Amino acid sequence: MASYEMVIGLEVHVELSTRTKIFCGCTTRFGGAPNTRTCPICTGMPGTLPVVNRRVVEFAIAAGLATNCEITRRTRFDRKNYFYPDLPKAYQVSQLYLPICRNGYLTIETPQGEKRVGIHEIHMEEDAGKLTHDPWLDRTLVDYNRCGVPLLEIVSEPDMRSAQEVVAYLTRLRQTLQYLGVSDCKMQEGSLRADVNLSVRPMGQTALGTRTEMKNLNSFKAIARAIEGEFRRQTELIEDGGVVRQQTRRWDDNKGASFAMRSKENAQDYRYFPEPDLPPMEIAQAWIDEIAAREPELREAKRARYQREMGLPDYDAALLTEEKATADLFERASALCGRPADVAHWLMGDAMALMKERQIAPDQMTLAPEALARVVTLVAEGRVSRQSAKEIFVYAFDGGEDVDGYVREHALQMVQDDGAYARAVEEVLARCAKDAESYSAGNEKALGFLVGQTMKALGGKGDAKKVGEMLRERLAR
Amino acid sequence: MELFDLTALELGERIRAREIGVEEATRACLSRIEAQEGTLHAFITVTAEAALRRAREVQRGIDDGTYTHPLAGVPMAIKDLISTRGVETTCASRMLKGYVPTYDATVVRKLDAIGAVCLGKTNMDEFAMGSSTESSAFGVTRNPWDASRVPGGSSGGSAAAVAAREVFYALGSDTGGSIRQPASFCGVTGVKPTYGAVSRYGLIAYASSLDQIGPIAIDARDAAAVTRLLAGIDPLDATSVDAPPPAMPEGDDLSGLRVGVPRECFADGLNGEVRARVLAVGDALQALGATLVPVELPMLPYAIPAYYVLACAEASSNLSRYDGLRYGFHPEGIEDLHEYYLTARSEGFGAEVKRRILLGAFALSSGYYDAYYDKAQRVRTLIARDFARCFEQADVLLTPAAPTTAYPLGAHADDPISMYLGDIYTVSINLAGLPGMSLPCGFDGDGLPVGAQLIGPAFGESRLFAAAHAYQTHTDFHRRRPPEAGAAKGAKANGEL
Repeated sequence: MASYEMVIGLEVHVELSTRTKIFCGCTTRFGGAPNTRTCPICTGMPGTLPVVNRRVVEFAIAAGLATNCEITRRTRFDRKNYFYPDLPKAYQVSQLYLPICRNGYLTIETPQGEKRVGIHEIHMEEDAGKLTHDPWLDRTLVDYNRCGVPLLEIVSEPDMRSAQEVVAYLTRLRQTLQYLGVSDCKMQEGSLRADVNLSVRPMGQTALGTRTEMKNLNSFKAIARAIEGEFRRQTELIEDGGVVRQQTRRWDDNKGASFAMRSKENAQDYRYFPEPDLPPMEIAQAWIDEIAAREPELREAKRARYQREMGLPDYDAALLTEEKATADLFERASALCGRPADVAHWLMGDAMALMKERQIAPDQMTLAPEALARVVTLVAEGRVSRQSAKEIFVYAFDGGEDVDGYVREHALQMVQDDGAYARAVEEVLARCAKDAESYSAGNEKALGFLVGQTMKALGGKGDAKKVGEMLRERLAR
Repeated sequence: MELFDLTALELGERIRAREIGVEEATRACLSRIEAQEGTLHAFITVTAEAALRRAREVQRGIDDGTYTHPLAGVPMAIKDLISTRGVETTCASRMLKGYVPTYDATVVRKLDAIGAVCLGKTNMDEFAMGSSTESSAFGVTRNPWDASRVPGGSSGGSAAAVAAREVFYALGSDTGGSIRQPASFCGVTGVKPTYGAVSRYGLIAYASSLDQIGPIAIDARDAAAVTRLLAGIDPLDATSVDAPPPAMPEGDDLSGLRVGVPRECFADGLNGEVRARVLAVGDALQALGATLVPVELPMLPYAIPAYYVLACAEASSNLSRYDGLRYGFHPEGIEDLHEYYLTARSEGFGAEVKRRILLGAFALSSGYYDAYYDKAQRVRTLIARDFARCFEQADVLLTPAAPTTAYPLGAHADDPISMYLGDIYTVSINLAGLPGMSLPCGFDGDGLPVGAQLIGPAFGESRLFAAAHAYQTHTDFHRRRPPEAGAAKGAKANGEL
């Protein structure tokens, strides 16, 4: 069997986190009773007209600048015409001829080193509504709340050669957009959707094979599985003497297989033409400069600064900046308590373990920076033991805000009474005479056991360091 | 003097002077509507009760000083493609039968704010596609000067209603001549403002880049007053422009005004009587101090094909939303979505609308876009350049509004192209986005009104009003009106003072 390579390009849709919709004043907030976040404009009532939300253009320009794109100085919208009940005007206002951003790239890390993935274009468009089928009444209902929510479509060049590269590109793209604050990029809520264009060709061939477009990919894992599956399907097809047909396929992650939706022959003709209700926009250089000047610190800059200013190792800096939510939490808690290394320790250790256990993403964390800072301070000031702190941290992780109250209520303050320490030490030495002897005989390890026993006797609320010192002194060899 | 010999501004003045009550004027108009509608059918919806309620409310507002506008209390009508909250707005289509907008068009809000009294919604060609008002799904409108003839279109209902003095002015819309041509056929004064001068928010679109709302009025001063009221930038219409409103015309001195006469507009295909009457307007303007200069519009022959490609392309998209799912017409008992769309659009639209949707969808389809839509856009640019050159030599242009006077009902029934050709003098003005005005300039041998067209540079409406007003100061064609339709000869007209 010949050896094949896969060639992949992505079309990524992200919802912009503007307060209002792209062409009217309705809120973009997720949810709401059906058709309550609508008006005559976003439901396409006869006679209504769109007016562009300036923030949408600003966000698009910011995304373009952060992905090294050229900004199209004279841009305009086009209409994409098709009939479907979720599209009340029967056309989507989008951009075909003069998209706002073009010719950019993102840099990803691969096992072979850094690699640029080209960005063909970024364009602005409006989202459609949502159809829901009511199986009980056997009828389909439509909710226009999402109609007119602003989207960016980010079209990459076919520059990726593996599922790993695709995931690296998506991760980098998501980080960039999240750090810019233009989108929260939540795949679960559909605010980031990716369609995969994939073709295969024998190694060494320069001409591209026929591509398919894969839709319905709901997680990075599903994307990776779909890519492997489609690569296998196409290579097997070719090996068996068949040809790949240009078509759109739907990935079924449960079945681990894709199914043809429509092929090129019956592709729709969208009859694109310039949107006459919106005059072309002239983007002033001054506006671009202003947006560039306001660009927040992006991931790579932050990662470098954590090492430079906070003395964190690269591994820690990378981990903490992977998700904007984690980095935000880290910075706010560090500023409050002045102990970045301790904050980092909690976030990378207990917080990540708890996220895994609870199966939540960093942006779903309810851990308040104030609570985290308080836990760090209590430990640093010797007010609670490390052991108690772990318990307090779980409380804070689950959204608890009154850390001091929790400590009081559960009597987790560090034991301060020297008498209590002395009694506990004597009690343990009496009970564990053999281990005491072993330590005295030179077995360092026995001390750990004795400290543990003493801490236990103190209800976990003792100062382990102090206990160790007392034991050492008591058993001075 | 009889009430119906007054212009809208003259009536407004008498209303403010408490010489005529708003309700009295409204009742007089409603009586005329009742008497003539059986013959004319200028209205799709007459909102008599709401109008009388509104008349009393406006009277109170005039009495307490809330309404001071020169047009406060003057009865008027609105073409049935301008959205009126709570009042059915059909576009003369079966597709929108029963559709009641939940919001007011910007122009309707402006009319409300000055105390206008709206008597109802006027008939038109379906979705404004036509030049005779014969494509209305709810029956034709007849010309008040000769009931066997068309009133023109698409704003035929508005023009007929003003000509027959059922109202004192009306709103129309003009995409390729839909205000100016019916104004010409009915002997009234109609204005298509500069593209962007008047907000289109709430105007149900035919062709978005060409549509403009404008007045159909008794004379140039009335038209100017209504245009001043409607004009202005609107945050709800991104294509509206912030420009100063046109000035009210005063006096009759036209010295210094250069009137361009495009050679191509007086060539073959123009009715001889129309030609003579329109050229006489040039003479009249000259007598008032203007100079006539010959100008050229070499691209004129390409205006109609370019217009029909672009207007239909935009229409095919604008009218796609009418799928029978949300409002208006909806077919019953169909389960399959595709079949539902087919049935709704086959049965909801009339033949002319379907013809233009098909034409437009074709012009935009993959593989034909460059040959049709894109080429038509380039022609559009060249036409705008033609006009720009003309306005280097002239301040206004004078042309016929239409090649003929009103033709008999059904004259173009089997030949849509021949009707399209009647738009020859008007469509290029929409393509160039310029203001145009049609004013009565005499009658042909059959006693039918002839209309002349004045064209200005962008936002040059003031010049049109000034020239037309000077002309109307010395002519009375705009003051003549047809005998009341449907009334027995010699019967006393309603509302005599």
